[in-house]
Amino acid sequence: MDMNRRKFLQVSGAGLVGSSLVALGFSPTAALAQTRQFKLARTTETRSTCPYCSVSCGLVIYTLGDKAKNVKPTIVHIEGDPDHPVNRGTLCPKGAGVMDMIQSPNRVLHPQVREPGSKDWKRISWDEALTRVAKHMKADRDANLIKTNAAGVTVNRWNSTALLVSSAASNESGYLTVKVARGLGMVALDTQARI
Amino acid sequence: MTNSWNDIRNTDLVLIMGGNAAEAHPCGFKWVTEAMQHRKAKLVVVDPRFTRSAAVADVYAPIRVGTDIAFLGGVINYLLSNDKIHLDYAKFNTDISFLTKPDFKFENGLFSGYDEAKRSYNKASWGYQLGDDGYVKVDETLQDPLCVYQRLKAHYSRYTPEMVSRICGTPQDKFLQVCQLLGEMSAPDKVSTILYALGWTQHSVGSQNIRTMAMIQLLLGNMGRPGGGVNALRGHANVQGITDMNAYSEVLSGYMLAPTDADTNRTEYLARRTPKPLRPNQMAFTQNFPKWHTSLMKAYYGNAATAENDFAYDWIPKREGGYDILHIFEMMHQGKVNGFLVQGFNPLAAVPNKQKLSAALSKLKYLVVMDPLETETSEFWKNYGPLNDVKPEEIQTEVFRFPSSCFAEETGSFTNSSRVISWKEAALPPPGEAKVDSEIVARLFMKIRELYAKEGGTLPEPVAALTWPYINANAPTAAELLREINGRALQDVLAPADPKNPNAPRAVLVKAGDQMPNFALLQADGSTACGNWIYAGCWQQSGNMTARRDTADPTGLGVYGGWGWSWPANRRILYNRASADKDGKPWDPSRRYLAWTGSAWAGADVPDMRPNAAPEEGVGSFIMNPEGVARLHAIGMAEGPFPEHYEPFETPLGVNLMCPDNPKAVSNPAARVFKGDLEAFGKKEEFPYAATTYRLTEHHHFWTKHARSNAVTQPAAFVEIGEDLAREKGIKQGDRVRVKSNRGEVVAACVVTKRMRALQVDGKPVHTVGIPIHWGFKGVTQNGYLANSLTPFVGDANSQTPEFKAFLVNLEKA
Repeated sequence: MDMNRRKFLQVSGAGLVGSSLVALGFSPTAALAQTRQFKLARTTETRSTCPYCSVSCGLVIYTLGDKAKNVKPTIVHIEGDPDHPVNRGTLCPKGAGVMDMIQSPNRVLHPQVREPGSKDWKRISWDEALTRVAKHMKADRDANLIKTNAAGVTVNRWNSTALLVSSAASNESGYLTVKVARGLGMVALDTQARI
Repeated sequence: MTNSWNDIRNTDLVLIMGGNAAEAHPCGFKWVTEAMQHRKAKLVVVDPRFTRSAAVADVYAPIRVGTDIAFLGGVINYLLSNDKIHLDYAKFNTDISFLTKPDFKFENGLFSGYDEAKRSYNKASWGYQLGDDGYVKVDETLQDPLCVYQRLKAHYSRYTPEMVSRICGTPQDKFLQVCQLLGEMSAPDKVSTILYALGWTQHSVGSQNIRTMAMIQLLLGNMGRPGGGVNALRGHANVQGITDMNAYSEVLSGYMLAPTDADTNRTEYLARRTPKPLRPNQMAFTQNFPKWHTSLMKAYYGNAATAENDFAYDWIPKREGGYDILHIFEMMHQGKVNGFLVQGFNPLAAVPNKQKLSAALSKLKYLVVMDPLETETSEFWKNYGPLNDVKPEEIQTEVFRFPSSCFAEETGSFTNSSRVISWKEAALPPPGEAKVDSEIVARLFMKIRELYAKEGGTLPEPVAALTWPYINANAPTAAELLREINGRALQDVLAPADPKNPNAPRAVLVKAGDQMPNFALLQADGSTACGNWIYAGCWQQSGNMTARRDTADPTGLGVYGGWGWSWPANRRILYNRASADKDGKPWDPSRRYLAWTGSAWAGADVPDMRPNAAPEEGVGSFIMNPEGVARLHAIGMAEGPFPEHYEPFETPLGVNLMCPDNPKAVSNPAARVFKGDLEAFGKKEEFPYAATTYRLTEHHHFWTKHARSNAVTQPAAFVEIGEDLAREKGIKQGDRVRVKSNRGEVVAACVVTKRMRALQVDGKPVHTVGIPIHWGFKGVTQNGYLANSLTPFVGDANSQTPEFKAFLVNLEKA
C-alpha cells in the first residue's frame, strides 16, 4: 500500500482504525512511513546571547549551511539554550521573536550619505565613507584640540566632536572604540548606560 | 547586581520597586517565582501602576511617581523606631558607630554648606571626625548624638507613616504592611532582595533612590549574603559590559576616575585616587590604583609609555567639566560641537526633549550613525509629517550612515546584569556590506592614522603611538581584544623579595608574554599591561574563561562558578565576607556561603576578602572603601550624605511637603539645570497630571519596532490612563488623545485601565498618565510619536540620568 505521511496520519488518526489496518496487513512500507526529515538536522548550531535585556539569556541559533566559505548561512530558527543556568531554555516574547529583528527589512545594508540640505540618501562605498569621515575628524581635531588650558596645564582634549558608544556591541568592540576615542583625545563620550 | 539572577531563588522576600521584572525581565523573574514556590518567599511590589509583577505579588502598594525616597525614608524610620535592624551586622559592616562632624546640619530641606548660586554644596561640614592617628572616631555604644546612628534616627524621624502617605499617596495600611514584612528580614537568618531598574534611575534623585534602599539592605543585614544584595536589572544584554569598558567621560577603563584639569601631573592624579585606610587594618583596596592605571597606559601606548614620560600621562585627555549626554547635547545646541559619532544608539529617541535634540543635531557639521537598523537619529533631517516636522533643505548637517552588525553576527563577549561575561560566536556574517563595530572603528582609525602620517597635524604623537598589535589592522579579532583587556606580563613578574633573605632568587609568578592570571599581580612599574583591571583573569594563559560552559552548582546555592567568568576575580556575590558574622561564622547555617576555616576563608564563592585575613584582624567586608565598611553617611553624593525627598522638577504639588515653606528645596537643590530648560518646565496649573514612561514586554526600546513579530503583537502607540481620569475627561477606550507637556506633544490611542488609579496626595487626587516609549517614525509597526517629545531635559545630580519617570502633562481628546 502506497501512502504518504499525511494520508497515513489521516487514516491512523481515526484511532482504532489505524491499528486494525495494521492488523489486516495494510502496513505502509518502511521507507514511506518515515517522517519528513527534521529541518534542524541540516543546520549548524551556534550558541549565542539574546541582545535584549540584561538577563542575557542563552540562545541556540540554527543556520542553514555548514559554515563552509562558499555557503551563505541563513538563520532558520532560534531557541533558548537549555544548558544555560539563568534561562534554562526559556525565552520571553521578545527573545522568542529575535530572528525577526536580525532579518528586519529595515537593516542598513550599505554605507550612505545625506549631503547638506538634501532630502535623500546616496549610496557610497566604504572607502569613500571612511575617507570622508576621517577627513572631517582630522580637520576638526587639528583645529580644535586644546593642548593647554588657561592656567597653562597640559590637557590635550578634543571636545568638539562627540561620540556615543553602543551598548549592543561586544565588550571587545566597546573596548576598542574607547581606546581609539581616548587615543584621539576625546572627552565628549558617553553611552546608553547613563540612560 | 551585587548578586546574581540565579541567587534570587535563595531569598525570603523580594521587593520590586522602580522596576517591573515580570514584564521587562521575564526570564530572570523566573527566579522570583522559584523563590516563592520553593522557599515560600514573599513578593512585595511598590509601583504607580498595577503591573504584571504586582499581579502575582503578596502585597502591592501604589505610589505616586517620583516619591520613592519618601516611601523608603519612612521604611528606615520604621526599622529604627521598632528596633528592626540587624544590629550586629550593621555595627561590623557599616559606619553606624562613626562620629560625624559637629557642624553638620540639616535644616528646612537643605544640608549645611549649600551654595544657591552654584546649585551645589560645600561639603566641608559633611563626613567623619578624624582622630590624631588619622583614623575615624567611633562610639561603639551608639549613644553619642554625633554618631551616624543617632544622626540617621534624627533625620528619618520626620518620615512618619502619615507623612509618607501624604506625599506618596500610598494608603497607610499598605505602607505599614510593607514595613512590617521588610522589618522581619532583620532577623539574622532572614534575607531579602531588591530588584529595580529604570523606575529608580530615571529621576532627578535617581542615585539617592537606590542609595536609600542600599541603606535599608545594610540595616537589615542583607548585603553580601545569598538571597540579598541590591540588584539593578539592566536594559541591554551588554549595557553592563559597556559600562565596565567605561565608555563615558568620567572614568577610564576599569572605573578609574579620569583626570581633570585639577590633576596637573601624574603624581597628584595618582595620590588623589589612592586613599589611605580610614580605620586600622583595612584593606583600602584602591591603594592599588597606580598598578591598574600604569597597566592601562601600557596597554594603550606600549613602549611609548615609559617611567620617564610618566607613562604617557599627558596623552590622556583631561576634562574640565561634565561630558554626559545631556551636556553634550547642550553644547551641541549652543553650536559648540561640530562632529557627532553615534554607534548603536538612537539619541533622538533616547534622550529627553526631542525638539531640543533635533535643533542641536541640525547645528552639526557632520553626523555619523553606525547602526544595524535605520534609526530615527540617522533621519532626523527627513520630514515625516507631524511625527518629524522638519525642513531638510534648511538642515546643513552632512549625515553618514554606516551599516553595522547585530549580536548574532559578531563574535565576542557580553556581560549580563550579574557581571557574568559570556563568549559567543557569530552565527552568520552581517548582511549586505555591513561590518562589525570593531572593524568599522579600526578602519576609521587606520584612515585617520594614515592621514596624520602623511600630512602631520595637531598632536600627532598619540595617534601614531596607540598600540595596534592586531594581525589584521583593519579587523582586530575579538580574541585579540579580550586578551588585551585581560592583560599580560611584559617582563617576568617576580614574587616579592623574602625579607629574611633578600638576595635569594625570586620565583617567577608570571612569565614575560603570558596572560595575567588575575589583577593582584598587576604592577605599577610598567612591567604589565592590562586593558581593564576588573576583567583581569577572564582570558588566562590556559585560555578563554568566558567561554566555559560548566553547569555544575556544587553547593546547590545557584553558584555556577564554571559558567563563563564573572568580574571581579570570578566572584559571584560582591561583599560576600558579610555573609558571615564578625567571627567568620555564617549568619544563616542553611545558606552557608563563606566561612573562616581557621586558616582561610572558604565556601561557595571566591572570597571578597584577603584569603588569610583572620577575623581577629577585623578587616571589613567593604574592601574598596578606605573605612572598610559600607557608608550610611556618604559624602560622595551631590545632594547630601543622607537621602532626602525632593519633588520631581515637574511636580503636581508645587511644594515639597517635607519643607513646604522653602522654595529652594522643592526639587533636587544640587541637580544641574541648563538655562532654557528651566523655563521649559511645566507648572501644575497648566499641566495637571503626573506622567511617566514605561516599557512593554513585547518591545525592546526602539529596536523591535523594526521586527515583524513584535509589530504584530504590539502594533501601535498608546497611552494609558485610569478609569477615574477617563470618566472626568469623557474619554472612552480607544479614543485618540493628545498628551501635551511644556515641550511637545504625543497623539495616540488611549487605553483605559484599572491599573492606574488616582492617588490621594495631601488630600487631593493626583492622576497619572502612562506613556510606553517604543514607537517612532521608522519601523514596521504603525508609526507614532517619539515619547521623548514630552520629557524634561534634566538629570540626576550625580549620574545625570534623565528624569523620564516623573513629569507633568495635560491631555485632551484629539
